[in-house]
Amino acid sequence: MMMNWFSTSLRRVCLTLILTGVYVVIANVVFPEGSIFHVSSYTVNLLGKYLCYALLALSLDLVWGYCGIMSLGHGAFFALGGYAMGMYLMRQIGDRGVYGNPILPDFMVFLDWSSLPWFWSGTDSFIWTLFLVMAVPGVLAFIFGVMAFRSKVSGVYLSIMTQAMTYALMLAFFRNEMGFGGNNGLTDFKDILGFSLQSNNTRLVLFMLTVITLLVAYYVCDKIVTCKAGKVVLGIRDSERRVSFVGYNTVSFKVFLFTFSAILAGIAGALYVPQVGIINPGEFSPINSIEIVIWVAIGGRGTLYGAIVGALVVSFAKSKLTGLMPEAWLFALGGLFVLVTLFMPKGIVGLINNPEARQALINKLSLRLARKKGA
Amino acid sequence: MNFNILRIVILICFTWSSLVSAKSDAQFDKLVAKLPTSNFKSLAPLLDKIALSDDPRSSELLGRLSQGDVYFVPSSKQVLYMAKDAQGTRTYTDVITTQAIDTPQGRLKKVRVNNYIRTLIQQLQAQQNLNNPDKVIRLSAAKEILRDVDSIYTETLNKRLAKEDDEEIIDILDVIVALKQLKSGDENQLDDSLTVLKGSLEPDVRATLMNELNAIDKHSASSIKDIQRVLDTIDRKRKWYGYVENIFFGLSLGSVLLLAAIGLAITFGVMGVINMAHGEMIMLGAYTTYVVQQLFPDLLTYSLFIAVPAAFLVSGLVGIIIERCVIQFLKGRPLETLLATFGVSLILQQLVRTVFSPLNRQVASPEWMSGSWQINPALSVTFNRLYIILFSLSVFFALLVFLKKSSLGLHVRAVAQNREMAKALSIKSNWVDAATFGLGSGIAGIAGVVLSQLTNVGPNLGQAYIIDSFLVVVFGGVGNLWGALVSAMSLGILNKFLEPLTGPVMASILVLVGLVFFIQKRPQGLFPKKGRAE
Repeated sequence: MMMNWFSTSLRRVCLTLILTGVYVVIANVVFPEGSIFHVSSYTVNLLGKYLCYALLALSLDLVWGYCGIMSLGHGAFFALGGYAMGMYLMRQIGDRGVYGNPILPDFMVFLDWSSLPWFWSGTDSFIWTLFLVMAVPGVLAFIFGVMAFRSKVSGVYLSIMTQAMTYALMLAFFRNEMGFGGNNGLTDFKDILGFSLQSNNTRLVLFMLTVITLLVAYYVCDKIVTCKAGKVVLGIRDSERRVSFVGYNTVSFKVFLFTFSAILAGIAGALYVPQVGIINPGEFSPINSIEIVIWVAIGGRGTLYGAIVGALVVSFAKSKLTGLMPEAWLFALGGLFVLVTLFMPKGIVGLINNPEARQALINKLSLRLARKKGA
Repeated sequence: MNFNILRIVILICFTWSSLVSAKSDAQFDKLVAKLPTSNFKSLAPLLDKIALSDDPRSSELLGRLSQGDVYFVPSSKQVLYMAKDAQGTRTYTDVITTQAIDTPQGRLKKVRVNNYIRTLIQQLQAQQNLNNPDKVIRLSAAKEILRDVDSIYTETLNKRLAKEDDEEIIDILDVIVALKQLKSGDENQLDDSLTVLKGSLEPDVRATLMNELNAIDKHSASSIKDIQRVLDTIDRKRKWYGYVENIFFGLSLGSVLLLAAIGLAITFGVMGVINMAHGEMIMLGAYTTYVVQQLFPDLLTYSLFIAVPAAFLVSGLVGIIIERCVIQFLKGRPLETLLATFGVSLILQQLVRTVFSPLNRQVASPEWMSGSWQINPALSVTFNRLYIILFSLSVFFALLVFLKKSSLGLHVRAVAQNREMAKALSIKSNWVDAATFGLGSGIAGIAGVVLSQLTNVGPNLGQAYIIDSFLVVVFGGVGNLWGALVSAMSLGILNKFLEPLTGPVMASILVLVGLVFFIQKRPQGLFPKKGRAE
């Protein structure tokens, strides 16, 4: 019975996530420091950050793995969600900032702004912020998607255009005149909904929230790709023309999926910002977006859980490697791009799931070695 | 008879000139003698007279005075120059006789000058230089006087104008006379002076006109209106030249974009390969320039001529290696190619960071690249931008000719049109791919040489240009070199015209956003490739 229940990947992932979440919380709270079972608050925070990345990767896998839309702009949606949350957190500082202005954030006082710009209005309300977190990336993705998909921009063109979009946003957010803190971004957050961001309990709650959000997001994504509409989406990925000849309006499917994915990315950003305590225009840089793509590629695209695996593995490797040899990380990342695309088109998950693929990879590698020796 | 008259004329001339010179001699001596007893207040009119004395010794006196080399002996009132050589030995020269003299007895006193006097001397020198036989010195003197027209008398000007034969100098002098007339507030001369001033673009003329416009008590209402009209004419002209300058800046930015993009137009447009490492090929070219300058520090003047082929080879070779090792295995999988080449770009960036340090490197510009060509007071063209425009156009046309005329070019076009058919005609498509990729990368390397002359050379140099280059190619229409030319130039000009309105960052954002919209409306670009389908 148990084994039977455990059979689908959805249930497996959900169970793993729940168990990990519960274990981390118990290990952090119940076991004393110094015990081998203890998980430090630092690790909890780090895990929370990684899970935000996982959610982001999940959102990209939904459009790339299932619909063939390789977006190089998901970093922008992530950052927009992050900025929306950051605005709320800035307003929460109140008069505890350096300049002690009860309404204006420090950087606005510093830049001699006399009042809040219109887009900051309402950001002191948490509900409005939650709305912004989803609406801003959602609306941007909707407009972008409608325009791009209606004029049949696809493949590499779409990738470059999404990259141009995030690049333009990065340039814009670097400007002080934009009213988002310019180069420094938003930081120095104090608390969220009245709870101090520095306290261990708030961090634990944020971690749990991230786990739960990821769980729900995974569930919804899984339902989307397995329902009938999901099959149409798969069809679009494999041959858009054929699907549209059958009579489906492919544009609306793509726009919906793209918008939904952007909203997920925005939520990931909103969860990320209170846990790391800063958001700056660097998050918009094209390399961040392309790193998301490599998480999904390494994990294995078109599987949903592969994206999560990829995000966790790569992020973990990144923090380990940058700690050990800061220089080596970019070499490693670059090498991963090349090696994964050349030798592991299905990613880690593809290797684990499919013994034949494993064998094929080994054969391919040994064949190439043999050829090199021969030549 | 005739002969006699001639003799008389010569005689008269001779005696007159000697009389004049004798008179000025005496006058100069007398004026110099007054130097020791003058204070700051009386010094100014005295120097004025000295400058007007037309004595050949006066220019040296003024020059040495402003350097503080003029001393006098308190007891005998003898005025002399003091010169100090590198060892600190002092030598003295009498001002009047210009003979070297022995070290005088007793303490010397300095003829003191202050800043006001120094400015005055500068103006007086300019007036004297107006009579200098060297045309260049006269021109710069005239420009100097233009900056402060009150420093010169109209008679002096008229005297010079009668003798002057150089058009350019006459123009400036005319403007100075007209400005003086305008400032005098004489209503009768107003029309004449305004007619002259209408044609001038000098910023000083504009400033004076603005001043006169506000001097309501000096001019009548109708003349104020006239002045306003002339000012408007000048402003319109300056604005027009501003546009010309903007177009020039736009063309130079466009030609940089063109150089950065034509390599991509080949690899992306002709081969259909997305090369995200293209920016790094540019960066490698820039670093090659740096290395060339480090290797041959004595050959700075020629360094660019060495760097261009060197950069072409370095980037081209790296390109061929990338094609052979990575891209050829990803044929027909554009998204994977994009990812893999992005990985390559990260590796190359880090490699450069490890080898050359992450800091920016300074690449020197040869002498002939600096300087500018002043076309008129409102328009000047810097040489480096001019050369870059010419250079990128010549690279563009060379490439065009290469693709049209050479046999490799023929093969490249054949493979681009129909790979299978070309293969069937015994074209080695693999070899052609590698060569094409090498060519595109090599041109990117050349772009790097040019960029090294304009911006800092650092590991992120290429990143800034990759998105722009892609947009240029896509905007112009993929696979169309002419399209790339038109789109690069129009993007450059558009950028430069937006800049003054919105600031440079906002301008590039607007251009990016505009392009994104454009491509969504017209995915094939400005000049779509002709084909059977779609």
